[in-house]
Parts: sequence; structure tokens; C-alpha cells
Amino acid sequence: MKLSAQWIRDFVDLTVDNDRLAGDLTSIGIAVEGIGGSGPDTVFEAEIGTNRPDAMNHYGVAREASAIYDVPLKPIQPKLPAASAAKAVSSEARGGTTEQAAEKVPFVTSGAKARGDKKAVIAALKRCATQNQSFSAACEVVPFPVEIEDPQGCARFTARVLRNVTVKPSPERIAHRLALLDQRLINNAVDATNYTLWEIGKPTHVFDLDLLEGGKIIVRRARNGETLKTLDGVERKLTSEDLVVADGHRPVGLAGTMGGFDTMITEKTRNILIESASWDPATVRAMSRRHGLHTDASHRFERGADFESTVLSCDRVAELILESGGGELVGGVVDVIARKLDQAPVELRMSEVRRILGGGLDVSQVARILWKLGFELLPGAGEDSEFTVRIPSWRLDVEREIDLIEEIARLHGYDKFPNTLPAFAGSVVEPPEARKDEKLRTSLLALGYNEAVSLTFISHQDAEQFSDAPVVELANPQSEEASVMRTSLVPGMLNMLAYNLNRGIGDVRLFEAGAVFHAEGTKTAEPKQICLGATGSALVPGVHQPARPLSFYDLKGDVETLIENFQHDVLKYEASAADYYHPGRSARILLDGAVVAQFGQVHPDVASARKFRQDVFLAELYLDRLYRHGLREIRYQPLPKYPAVERDFSFIFAESVVFETIQQVVAGLRPGELRSFVPAETFRGGSIPAGKYSLLLRATFQSSERTLRDDEVAEWSAQIIQALQDLGGTLRAS
Amino acid sequence: MRERLLLRTHTSPVQIRTMEKVKPPIRIVIPGKVHRNDPPDASHSPMFHQIEGLAVDTNITFGDLKGTLDHAMKALFGSSVKTHFRPSFFPFTEPSAEMMVSCFICGGSGQRGADPCRPCKQTGWIEILGCGMVDPNVFEFVKDNGYDPKKVSGFAFGMGVDRMAILKYGVDDIQLFFQGDVRFLEQFG
Repeated sequence: MKLSAQWIRDFVDLTVDNDRLAGDLTSIGIAVEGIGGSGPDTVFEAEIGTNRPDAMNHYGVAREASAIYDVPLKPIQPKLPAASAAKAVSSEARGGTTEQAAEKVPFVTSGAKARGDKKAVIAALKRCATQNQSFSAACEVVPFPVEIEDPQGCARFTARVLRNVTVKPSPERIAHRLALLDQRLINNAVDATNYTLWEIGKPTHVFDLDLLEGGKIIVRRARNGETLKTLDGVERKLTSEDLVVADGHRPVGLAGTMGGFDTMITEKTRNILIESASWDPATVRAMSRRHGLHTDASHRFERGADFESTVLSCDRVAELILESGGGELVGGVVDVIARKLDQAPVELRMSEVRRILGGGLDVSQVARILWKLGFELLPGAGEDSEFTVRIPSWRLDVEREIDLIEEIARLHGYDKFPNTLPAFAGSVVEPPEARKDEKLRTSLLALGYNEAVSLTFISHQDAEQFSDAPVVELANPQSEEASVMRTSLVPGMLNMLAYNLNRGIGDVRLFEAGAVFHAEGTKTAEPKQICLGATGSALVPGVHQPARPLSFYDLKGDVETLIENFQHDVLKYEASAADYYHPGRSARILLDGAVVAQFGQVHPDVASARKFRQDVFLAELYLDRLYRHGLREIRYQPLPKYPAVERDFSFIFAESVVFETIQQVVAGLRPGELRSFVPAETFRGGSIPAGKYSLLLRATFQSSERTLRDDEVAEWSAQIIQALQDLGGTLRAS
Repeated sequence: MRERLLLRTHTSPVQIRTMEKVKPPIRIVIPGKVHRNDPPDASHSPMFHQIEGLAVDTNITFGDLKGTLDHAMKALFGSSVKTHFRPSFFPFTEPSAEMMVSCFICGGSGQRGADPCRPCKQTGWIEILGCGMVDPNVFEFVKDNGYDPKKVSGFAFGMGVDRMAILKYGVDDIQLFFQGDVRFLEQFG
């Protein structure tokens, strides 16, 4: 919101310049985000917190300034002329005869006390009882009666009557200030209410008195079916949920939100009723939402406007109108209090101030700060409280001791508290899976994968294609592509791979670690997964080395490297995976019987649907199952003292005999000191018959106690050869 | 039933979830994804990241809040970085504050050579996070788990990580973090 620096200075004499003022206000919580204009037209662009409606005006900000600089805050004291006596003003109301008016309006005419008018005396007594007035006040001339039928919705309604006012444009001084705040100028009467709003923060309203019917104001709930055309020209249907200002016949204003069209001030207006009321915040908020009407008035009433400022604001508006429009004040102020709003005083303990803020503040500093802000300090009532603090009526955000402590801290200056570190005897506890996450992450980075993050949402189609899990739908999706919580990391990974390929980046290796979401009853399950995506070259081509495209075995090697980080007894492959994988080039890994990963080349249909022009590979790791295994612990193995002996075996096998079988058979032999038995080369075609392949196997024998003899090694080799021939293998050489 | 599920818009809920499960004293730092229904553009993403911190003990003061965060900012951005706290408002902290750091692009001068420094809008300060002392009302909810507001006090803070990375590295579009473009990712290797 915009604030005029000059206007603030109306209420405090400051020696600092505007830049300094802006900075100092910001450091106590009135954030001045920008400064525009110059000299007397300097405007602060301020961000006032939603909890500080009292500071959403010049006087409130001036109060803050007076507290910062310890200078007096000048009171606002409207100067009003002597009022002329109220006489049957309402009999001039259109649509009512003098008799009707006299019947409906139970006010006492001319004079300080009732004289023999029994009906009027009884009415006056009633007013004393219900509206908290003294008898003489009740008997005073009431220029315009006001009844509050809904004390919950309206705690207080204050009104003033002006007569013979000339409605015309506002004088230069008022117009200029309102223009600085980008306010629209209407006429001197309406502008006076706007000026008062921006000056002291109290919304008020002005009615053309002669357009009010039935000679009175009633604050009540609307009746179902009533309508009101508001100032914006919109005809609104009202219900009993709406709180309205009504005249004798119909609603003339939506309480605290917007006045009515038919009773507005025009150039024809001569007599004016000024309204300043205290409205229940929840009621105004509900009406504002229901009618889609957010106004400067409703903004303040929703947050709580000052109960005690209704008379002051009425008087200020009256002063401004009379100054510019002439006319006279009629009768005294009409002030009807249906419900007294009071805030309970708060006990303040210095021990609590120190407990929350730390040391460094003494009692006198605390007292000075609170007093400058308008809090009244009395000696503490409790055993350990130094003060009983009365909360001023404009500070609805302060209710508890901790709220006072915040006031003390912010006015003292947050930066003045020394930076300290608290003593702590505990220790750092890692989340249980931190080491495993870290291990996988560093392994992947070392393998040349970049970590990526994709959005958490996917389309229905992708969810169906890449997972069987029940989906969690978004109630308010931004698009179909982002309409369900992801059930798999695969769609996001495929999107990111495509993103790179479409921009001519052919070599991509990415991994994403994150949660996927499955619907589970009324909640969600959020298992963690890692997804790898790879395409392009296994080796980046360069001057000294040719390109080699990624293959299934590269991915298999990467996945194995990751899995090998975990303790397990049995690692087993199954040559099948989900249907979005290429059937001949994909696999699942089972650790001790549970599927912990699947990987492979993307199915050709999926690849062509996404217009991939090169082979794309994926891997998925299911961390909920993988993490059931601990990390492989390093334990030193003594180094071999004696030399190793290698023997090669070249065999031809049928395609159906897989290496896993060969390895298991040889391991089952337990041939002496066999340390490793690995495939060294494979070959197909050429002289090898179809349906068979050539496999070169390398055995390494080594003892930890002695050098091995040739005849031992020959014996074990013979056992191996026999076992492999039993599998149907044909020995080519050894 | 699932109408009651809401994607969290900030990481602050981790505070109460932790206090419901763990007795004081506690010190936690929790990074996480948050979601907001903002249409994506250069400075908005429907998904981004925050880090939340909470410390509760019998001795935690406002000075400790400032000291802890100042220490963290120096560790993150270098020991010459300064911090500055100003009042703010959050419903779950009292007093509430915003922390600024001296601009790590211009060093706090507001200028980059002859040109104005844009990241800090020439003020020399960048707003980094919101924080405050935990409001006693929050402790009331977990009073039965050892959080008696009369005996314990604590501070909490939350920061937007993507924004900090944008400011520190001069990234011009938040979308870049979520597209997986290798040319972007490799710049941070």
C-alpha cells in the first residue's frame, strides 16, 4: 500500500530524512519496499503484515515512528462547530408524513429533558437500559435514531448528522493527498471518508440523509428475498446470512463492505448521515466472500477495526466535510453500543522476556517500548510478573504475553540481539537410510550418470502404461500431462531423455531418485525408487578412441555395480521384465528371492511412440526391497602369498546352456583351490553351427598356503572339462 | 475420503509431525518437495523444494536463532557474508522474522561496477528465508509429548532451495532444474 511520507509527518516531528525513515520503519516490521516521488510528494510503497490492520494507515505508521525515535505522537482532535438543535429532521424524509415520522421516531424533541411526553420518556429510559446511555444522554436530542438488532454482528454504531452541505469536488489539499495514494476522487463528502480511512484506518460511510426512508437506521440481518443495489451498480440478492445497515424500510448498505447505490451522495445531496461502526470480522469476511466484494473497508473490518475509534472517525469526517462543503452539525453524536469490546490485560514477566529473547534487556527498556506503542503499564498482579499490560483497542493482534515479547523484540531491534549458539549435549543422528542413499548416489555419479529431478505428476496414460499401482488423482490438475501423482519414475525419465535427444544431445546418462505414489485406502504409500536412463555412447568418441554405442550389457554392468554394494547371499537374474521393456533385452534381478530391480532396452513400441531414433535403456531399482539388505561391509582379506595359475577352456555349447548354469555346475564341483571361473570371450557364426555358440572360459587357481603343482591343476581341469561335457559342451581346446 | 489429502505447500508441517513422534530436545533439518498450484514460468514451478529446520530445548533463545542461521549462511556462502533480521509475520512463530543475507553477487554494495545489481534490487541485501521462535500455541498441540510451552522454547526456519540456487548461480529459469537437460546438469559437476 502507498503511504505519503509528508502525511505521516503531520503526526510526528522527525529529524530524519525519508530514506532513513523508510529504513527504520522496515527494520521494525513496517516494510517499505520502494520509495517514489520526491520532496513533499514522496510516497512509500509499504507491505503491512496482515496481522497489523492498525498500521495500515498514516496515523498507525506515525505511532510506530514515534516509538522508534521516542518523539511525541500528536493526537487527532477534530474541531467541530457548535451543533444546532435537532428537530424533526426525519420528517423531511421522503415517503413519510410528519405524523408517520413522529409515530415511528421515538425521540425527544427540543430541550434537555423530557417535558410531560410520557411516551418519549419511556422510550428514553429504554434507550438508557439497552444502549448503555445515561438518562440525560438518552434524553438529549438524538438527531437520527439508530437501533442495533444484531449485537453479535455490530458491537457499536456511531453516527453524525450534517445539514445544508454543498457537495462539490474536494479542496486541493485533500485531493492532492488522495491522488498521491492513487485514490479515485469522487466528491468532498465521499473523499472525506476515504481521507479518514487512510489517515486513521477507520472505514466510514456517508448517506444522503434525505434518501433514507422511515427516519431511522436499523442494523439487522437481511430478510430472505431482500435486494440491495450496491454502489458498484450490482443488484444483489440478500439472505438472512447478510448483515445490513437498513433504514426504516429496506437495506441501504452491506455492513462493513459497501454502501447502497440509492442512498449515495450526489451533487443534489444537502443533508448527510455519517456512519462509523464496529463490525464483527467473521461476518464481514463471510459477506465479502459470498458477494465477491473485497473493498478497502472489508479488508480492514475482516482483520478487526478499532472499536474505540468510531466517534473520532465520525468527527473527523464531519470536520472535513464542513470545512469544504459548509453546512452545520445537527445534534450530538449518536453512539449506540450494543456490546462492549474489551481486551483482557496481560501479565508480563521479565523472566519470560529473557527466556525467549535472551538476556540484554532491562525493565526500563521494556517499559519504554510498550508505553510508546500505546500499551498502558500497571504493576504486575502475579507473583513473578513485573507488569500488568492493558492492550490498546487498536491492537487486536496482541492477546498474549508472547505477543508483547514480539513487540519488545521488534522495537528494540532484531539485529541488536547478539548472535549466539545454544549448548547441546546430543549428537547428530542420520536418517536410517542415509548411508545407503549416499552410497548409491556416489556410485551412480562415479559411473558417469547425472542426477536429475522431474516433476511429480504424470498423465493417466503414462500411469497405466508403466505401473499397475492404483493412482492418486489430482483434484485440480494444471493439465492432462500432470493429472495424477507419479506411480513410476519411468515416464519422467523418458520425458527427460526425449528432451535431450530433441535438442541434439545424443549421449545421455541420467538417474532420478525419488518417491512414487500408490493409493492405499484413504492414504498413499510412497515407496522410494531410483530410475536410470541411458542412451548414446558407452565411450565418448574422441581423437584416440572410436564410439561404442551403449548395449544391454553396459546397463547390466551398471546395475550390478549398484546392487553389489549390498550384502546378499543369492543374486539371480530372470530374463524377463515388464511389458514396456524389449523382451529379448531386459531382465529382473532377485536378491535372496525378492525382485529388487528390472532393467533393459525400452520396447520398440514405446520407443517409436516417443520418436526415439536411437536405442534407449532404462533401469528401475526398488529401494523398499533393496534396502532390506545392509550395505556390504568391508573386511580385509589377507593378500595371496603364492602365485596363481590360469587355465583356459574353449567350448562350444547349445544356445540353451546359459553361463549361469555352467557357473553353478562348476561351483558345485568345488574343485580344489578354484578362485575364479569367468567367461573371457564368446563367438557365434563362422564355423560354429547355428543354434550353438563358442565360449572361452578362464579358471584361476590359487592357494593361500603353498604353490600349486601341475598335476593338481591338471586333475581339477579334467574335472571341469568332464562337467562341462556332461552339459553337452564340446571341448575345442584347453 | 481422499478429499482430505493435500499436497503440502511448504515444509512447515514436518515440525509438528516430528514433535508428535519425538520428545524434546530436538534439532531437525528436513529438505523436501513442496507443491503449489502456480502455472509454470521462469520463476514459478508447481513443484519445488524447501528446507525446514526446528530446534526445541529448554534453553533456546532468539539470539540462538540468529546465531545458528548466521553460522549456516557463512558456511554456505563464505565467511564474509552478513545476515540481517527484520520483523515479519507467520501464524506459527512469535516473534517472526525474515532473514536477509548480504548480496553474494555484489557483496552488499548494490552495484556491479557501474550498473545496478539486479538480484538484490540495488539494496545490497537478499531475502533468503522466514523464521521465528515457535509460537506457544504450536507446543500446546504436543504438550502431552513433553512440549510444555512454559518449559521449552524453540526456533524454526524454512527456506526455498531452488530460489537460493537461482540467486547463487545466476540461473535464469527455474524450469531448468526439472527438465534434465544434460548441458545444464553438467555445469554443476
